[in-house]
Amino acid sequence: MQGGLPLFPERASSIAGRVDALFFFLLGVALFFSLIITVMIVYFAVKYRRRAPDQIGALITGSTNLETAWMVIPLILAMVMFGWGASLFVSIKTPPRDALEVYVVGKQWMWKLQHPEGQKEINELHVPVGREIKLTLTSEDVIHDFFVPAFRIKTDVLPGRYSTLWFKATRPGQYHLFCAQYCGTNHAIMGGWVTVMEPAEFQTWLSGGPAEGSLASAGEKLFHALACATCHRSDSQGRGPKLDGLYGSMVRLGNGQSVLADEGYIRQSILNPKAKIVAGYQSLMPTFQGLVTEEQVLQLIAYIKSLSLPRPSPGAAPPAPGRTPSQGQATKRP
Amino acid sequence: MPEGRSALVEHFRDLEQQREASSLGMWIFLVTEIMFFGGLFLAYTVGRSGYPAAFGEASRHLDVALGGINTGVLIVSSLTMALAVWASQTGKRKMLLGYLGLTLLLGLTFLTLKGVEYADKFHHHLVPGSAFSFPGAAARPAELFFSLYFAMTGLHALHMVIGVGVLAFLFRQARRGRYTAQYYTPVEMSGLYWHFVDIIWIFLFPLLYLIDRHR
Amino acid sequence: MSAATSPRVLGHENYLNVSYGVKSWLLTTDHKRIGLLYLASITLYFFLGGAFAVLIRLHLLTPEGALVQAETYNKFFTMHGIIMVFFFLIPSIPAVLGNFLIPLMIGARDLAFPRLNLASWYIFNLGALFTLYAVASGGVDTGWTFYTPYSSLYSNSHVVAAALGIFIAGFSSILTGLNFIVTIHTMRAPGMTWFRLPIFVWAHYATSIIFVLGTPVLAITLGLVALERVFHIGIFNPALGGDPLLFQHLFWFYSHPAVYIMVLPAMGVTTELIATFSRKSLFGYHFVAAASLGIAVIGFLVWGHHMFVAGQSIYAAMVFSILSYLVAIPSAVKVFNWTATLYKGSVSYQTPMLYGMGFIGLFVIGGLTGLFLAALGVDVHVHDTYFVVAHFHYIMVGGAVMGYLGGLHYWWPKISGRLYPEGWAKLAALILFVGFNLTFFPQFILGYLGMPRRYHAYPAEFQVLNVMSSAGASILGVGYLLPMVYLIWSMRYGPIAGPNPWPATGLEWQTPSPPPPENFARTPVVTWEAYDFASRKDLRLAGAGLERLPAEPQD
Repeated sequence: MQGGLPLFPERASSIAGRVDALFFFLLGVALFFSLIITVMIVYFAVKYRRRAPDQIGALITGSTNLETAWMVIPLILAMVMFGWGASLFVSIKTPPRDALEVYVVGKQWMWKLQHPEGQKEINELHVPVGREIKLTLTSEDVIHDFFVPAFRIKTDVLPGRYSTLWFKATRPGQYHLFCAQYCGTNHAIMGGWVTVMEPAEFQTWLSGGPAEGSLASAGEKLFHALACATCHRSDSQGRGPKLDGLYGSMVRLGNGQSVLADEGYIRQSILNPKAKIVAGYQSLMPTFQGLVTEEQVLQLIAYIKSLSLPRPSPGAAPPAPGRTPSQGQATKRP
Repeated sequence: MPEGRSALVEHFRDLEQQREASSLGMWIFLVTEIMFFGGLFLAYTVGRSGYPAAFGEASRHLDVALGGINTGVLIVSSLTMALAVWASQTGKRKMLLGYLGLTLLLGLTFLTLKGVEYADKFHHHLVPGSAFSFPGAAARPAELFFSLYFAMTGLHALHMVIGVGVLAFLFRQARRGRYTAQYYTPVEMSGLYWHFVDIIWIFLFPLLYLIDRHR
Repeated sequence: MSAATSPRVLGHENYLNVSYGVKSWLLTTDHKRIGLLYLASITLYFFLGGAFAVLIRLHLLTPEGALVQAETYNKFFTMHGIIMVFFFLIPSIPAVLGNFLIPLMIGARDLAFPRLNLASWYIFNLGALFTLYAVASGGVDTGWTFYTPYSSLYSNSHVVAAALGIFIAGFSSILTGLNFIVTIHTMRAPGMTWFRLPIFVWAHYATSIIFVLGTPVLAITLGLVALERVFHIGIFNPALGGDPLLFQHLFWFYSHPAVYIMVLPAMGVTTELIATFSRKSLFGYHFVAAASLGIAVIGFLVWGHHMFVAGQSIYAAMVFSILSYLVAIPSAVKVFNWTATLYKGSVSYQTPMLYGMGFIGLFVIGGLTGLFLAALGVDVHVHDTYFVVAHFHYIMVGGAVMGYLGGLHYWWPKISGRLYPEGWAKLAALILFVGFNLTFFPQFILGYLGMPRRYHAYPAEFQVLNVMSSAGASILGVGYLLPMVYLIWSMRYGPIAGPNPWPATGLEWQTPSPPPPENFARTPVVTWEAYDFASRKDLRLAGAGLERLPAEPQD
């Protein structure tokens, strides 16, 4: 832990350098204009100070050329800042394929994190260095925000929907994790640490967890316990759509629209099934709102995602058509 | 106050400036009202696009007949109000009183029918809150619909109540001869307000009562 | 009071001495007295909001936050924000200086609707009463931004009372804005064309557009939050099918333009100060007037920049980012025009000018840091940190409050008939400037380091900067207390000011100090342009060529 007077945060992610570069450009522009204005005001105020009690200023009312200049130049600068910031933003908001997935549930006043392999953490996140990590986050109650200053990333975490966040840590170490959206009494202490480890160390840590099994296997148990398999059969004979290959595919709805079957779609289908009805099927599915927790929903999603992984057997069926948002490192087969 | 005495208020230069100020003031006030109701219309739009089926189903529990009659009542009341303004502009006191009275009655009719509707909703457990009950799985979005229904029509009804109060005041003033062909600004401004409240209802009625009726 | 303002002392009947007694004040329809009624109210609320600020900074001296419990601290920053935003900053310049000066500046006898003006003051205080009730009965802990579902469902504090208080106070704003727009349109004196109006008036016109279009949306939004809390409907609650982001869109649709309500009048004041104390025409008058309107209009289109990480789409974020850069341009135009006004001026350094120049410097810093926040890639890092806190305090305190104090000092002779003590006033301005920067500059650093907002406790490495900030706050507090003392002192003991002590070119200076109740003995006829020192022989100043004018007999 640092004492003393820190003035600048450490950089520990692949994006941090780019954020700081834009920051320094903005700082340079800000310093330049602050200085110029201050110097000019002080200089004019001194050079043109009143010499006689009844003296007035010169008869000058304006200059269209100057006005144009000091509208156009700031506008150009502003557009440069916008463009740079926007392109950086797209990078920040676009998770890469093949990222390691972690699922996060925030609630008053703690973070519950879940690795697909089964490891659970509270207020701590262990990740390997040099690897893309994608977080899928939701809240159980109010709006929170997952903020890691050393990585220069944050996202609001909302109840009722998923947010995503990605990063690639570049230095082993421990970095602050803060909640950055006011959420009630203990908002300030709803934080923790992100621990970045060497890959080998991380594997050791990962396999040292409890033997409860992976997220997907827990989801599979739940899938059967809640009788989902009754309607969602793999042989397409069920009253509900087949779920093999679903995740990542485009789904055609009864009203003609097509939607991507991502985490949010699956969550909504479990908690508010009437919202989107798949073409060719009836609106029969009951809602599981109140019957499953957010973490259980994530387990079910992990299981359903595992149904889209290519099977390692010879002559394997091709993976599901359409986009496949990054596949997890699940080591267990469904 | 005898008829024809100047109603010029001290800080204005002349009646013309005073009238101009009153008119601009009322129009600006109506713009603020548009923004006020606008927030509710936005919330409705968001709810409707999120739950089109549920909103449609909930809407069918509203009484189109009563709503339709109320729409007619308000439209006619706008006519009588416009005629009242005309009567004041032309100095016809008796006619002014007549049309003001009619508008007032029509306004009260609207509020009475609204009250009947609200009571009916209460009896059918369609008032949001702990007593709310809606058949089927669309209960939650239906409750959202009814929240918006009560908020929007309630706010509108509040404006109607104020409008009725204003009309009663105008009636009293008109009886005392305060309005002449030279000075009828309050009647004119109140007319603007009344028409506005009418127009709000003309948007509310189809959005709340008529969606999904074609099924 | 009567001794200070009697006709015997001041030489004429004026709005202060035309009648005495509480009733003559509480039932007044004179815009000048109403301005002073507002002055009393908002001064009270300023010090109340300031007290919460003191408690906040005291509590943050230590990382563990040992002064009060977490929930109490959360109530401190909420009450500080609500009181300062809604009961000080938003009314301040418009309700005090705008009310007092606009009729004088345009040559009218009063505002268009004097009784609505008085009603507006009562409504304002009724709203404050509800809010004070919320404070007294245990406070609110949602933050002044009332984000749902925390505010609508989870908070155990007096949300409904506070929301109602703000709702009611909003009508006061709407009435003021309506009054100003109608007055400026319909009651200008003969010859006072639009482009002869002082920029102060243009600024208040633009502000009034925001009052009128934005405030109703806040009202309905807080009304819905109150309904949701009381009747448990689900408009903003996802568990009941609602959308918390809808609240944010509705809230910020008002609350972003609201910050322009706070800064535009201060810019109007600054323009008057720069022109008067350079004794020179404002450079680029038309551009500055247009910029005021431009800020108001574009300001309505940028609200989403408060929600870049909230969950709106990338495309929406880009639209709001580019528009946020656009809204910076008219502000820059104003700053450049003020600077150019000083060129070849005749500059003096009386207190109002110090505030004017201070405003420009601090507003420039605050505004430039806005560019950091508008940059999507950087905002992700600094959103909801102390960087944002520093940014808006630079503009609201360094900007708006300085503008308010500068205007108060500048027009004090007109309002009270007396001069404030220049030495003490300069000292206070200097103390404020130093205290302000010491309080808020360290917060930029804290923010980029990653210290989030609204934290009752923080990691130990942030302590030094927090202590610096709290030290600055104590200096700032002294700076605010000084004017309270010497302005009140001057009402009795200050030297008598004439009608035009500076002198300045506006119509308000063409009537005695303090003005008579009817403002002008005869309706003025305007034949000169704004800030036209060179043509104003009546000000008895030398021409641009330094040639002295012959002494003219008294009128």
